[in-house]
Amino acid sequence: MAEQTMVGALNMALARAMTDDHDVVLFGEDVGKDGGVFRVTDGLLDRFGPDRVLDTPLSEAAIAGVAVGAAAQGLRAVAEIQFSGFAYPAIDQMVNHAARLRNRTRGRLSCPMVLRMPYGGGIRAPEHHSESPEAMFAHIPGLRVVIPSSPRRAYGLMLAAIRDPDPVVFLEPKRRYRAVREDVPDDGVALPLDRCFIERDGGDVTLVAWGAMLAECHTAAEALAGKGVQAEIIDVATLKPFDADTVCASVEKTGRCVVVQEATLTGGFASEVAATLAERTLAALRAPIERVAGWDTVMPLPRLEALYMPGVARIVAACDRAMSYA
Amino acid sequence: MKEVATFSISHTGIIDADGKATGELPAFARDAAELIRLYRTMVLTRSFDARAIALQRTGRLGTYGSSLGQEAAAVGVGAAMRPDDVLLPSFRETGAQLLRGVSLRELFLYWGGDERGSDFQAAREDFPICVPVGSQAPHAAGVALAFKLRQQPRVAVCVFGDGATSKGDVAEAANIAGAWNLPVVFVVVNNGWAISVPRDAQSAAGTLAQKAIAAGMPGVQVDGNDVVAVRVVVGEAIERARRGEGPGWIEALTYRLADHTTADDASRYRDPAEVTAAWKADPIARLRTWLVASGAWGRQQEQDLLQACTAEVDAAAAAYLETPPQAPETVFDYLYATLPAALAEQRARFLAEAPRHG
Ligand SMILES: Cc1ncc(C[n+]2csc(CCOP(=O)(O)OP(=O)(O)O)c2C)c(N)n1
Ligand SMILES: [Mg+2]
Repeated sequence: MAEQTMVGALNMALARAMTDDHDVVLFGEDVGKDGGVFRVTDGLLDRFGPDRVLDTPLSEAAIAGVAVGAAAQGLRAVAEIQFSGFAYPAIDQMVNHAARLRNRTRGRLSCPMVLRMPYGGGIRAPEHHSESPEAMFAHIPGLRVVIPSSPRRAYGLMLAAIRDPDPVVFLEPKRRYRAVREDVPDDGVALPLDRCFIERDGGDVTLVAWGAMLAECHTAAEALAGKGVQAEIIDVATLKPFDADTVCASVEKTGRCVVVQEATLTGGFASEVAATLAERTLAALRAPIERVAGWDTVMPLPRLEALYMPGVARIVAACDRAMSYA
Repeated sequence: MKEVATFSISHTGIIDADGKATGELPAFARDAAELIRLYRTMVLTRSFDARAIALQRTGRLGTYGSSLGQEAAAVGVGAAMRPDDVLLPSFRETGAQLLRGVSLRELFLYWGGDERGSDFQAAREDFPICVPVGSQAPHAAGVALAFKLRQQPRVAVCVFGDGATSKGDVAEAANIAGAWNLPVVFVVVNNGWAISVPRDAQSAAGTLAQKAIAAGMPGVQVDGNDVVAVRVVVGEAIERARRGEGPGWIEALTYRLADHTTADDASRYRDPAEVTAAWKADPIARLRTWLVASGAWGRQQEQDLLQACTAEVDAAAAAYLETPPQAPETVFDYLYATLPAALAEQRARFLAEAPRHG
């Protein structure tokens, strides 16, 4: 079994889904011959042919809107937005249509589509290529918002997203695309959606994160362990709908929580996590919930990008504050 | 310099505003029964329209967008489609929807604020009324993509207004339909107005048909108040698309005789003289003139038809008004195929707090 990067794992999941289900079709900008600008769809045109892997015109509203129409006809449309920064014209389609089609027709029509897009910073990309828009999507009833944090999770969550009967926005942390390799068995087994994953057990503080921030949390947890602080790490994985039970159970145990997000602070999903914990676990809290997030600034261009990205030092500092709170 | 591209836009009209044939009649129009079917649907549309406005004015229906004056454009489209084609309407396509099998009761339910009005019992694959202007155009391309990939001889038919042609998603839909040679037909119902914005302020293009040319598909204009011409021209585009020869685009010229919606007062921005003049091109009157002149129609039939339409609308309105609201939990129960565990608690709280329904 070959070790896979996240790109390889996603490619494997797409190929598996296309092999298992003839209704799965992929389209997007440069996803065919070029295999996608990050090569996530590499080789799929050759394997599955031009009827199932289609290069679209440069047309984000059409990419999402065509996916809605095709999905309403029962195709499993897996559409790629080349970078999340260019998803905005597609958001009308996701909010006004994909998310609502089942509800507004009382189940007569539905929208089994996946809108994939790389997101997030840390790869010294040009302007508009590094933002984290997950909270906007997570605000929308009727959508699922799924973010993998590792190759294995990318494989299982992508399979689940494609098989899900409702629209899924699948955000891929591009900084992790080739960051690590791990064994990813091509077993066709999907991971559950709507579930958080506990990645590391610990009794002192709960770290909640998604996407690229998981790696930062793991490094931080090692540093904390060196000081005798045991951090529990939770990968939210599906932000919408949010598995609050798993997070709350952990915080009931630890009494402390640091939520880590790469996105800008205000109105981010970390705020939703914090608010839920405040509502449901107040009596168990031994310190204020902390949010470690990107600043409320425009994403800096690459030369200053590192100043923006939440990293290990800030996470450890937040945990230290939580541990030493009266 | 050499010329590298030229285009021309044709305009088709068959029965003019005076009810006289100006062009050759298509085969279907020589069958009086078929013409009467179209006439009947236009009259029924107008009866529904009047009742919807009356119900709105008396607080028994929500904001309603009238299709007064545009009946031929909608009925012509509906008549040109085959049952297994898919219609993606805007919000003034009552006449097309009726021919597709959407019921008057469903339409009342929709405008009355009940989602079941979009759960069409007959036209199961047709799209619901679309409120975000033009945003259904990409769906039509997607439906057509499914038809094409599955090699089904079916066509997606999408209707939107003159205002919609200014939107990016409409341009994107047309472009991808052309690039992928999709079996889809776009019908622009140019009624002269987008709320208060007149056609000329909407676009500097000489016709809205020519917007098709840039997307690599034929664009033609038709007298949208001539149901025979609409059916012919839209039908030709549909059959062309069905044969795999690519998408089509038709601009149907008509006029919005009513306010934009029941929430609008068109006298704020539009000269009443323009409306009075537009009534001379009324699509229903001209077909009646034609039918009477051809001996297929008379006073008695007209009376009977009006009575029958009134009775049908009465029955549908009564059925709508007698339909109790949906159970509160339906607010949650159609969001996802199965209710996510995360929503179960909210749903329970919602039900505990929801006022009891009678
Ligand atoms: C995207 C969008 N913008 C604005 C509106 C508000 N609005 C509803 S109908 C309308 C005018 C539409 O004009 P047109 O496309 O010509 O259709 P018509 O109403 O004349 O049938 C506007 C501005 C809307 N529903 N959707
Ligand atoms: Mg208009």
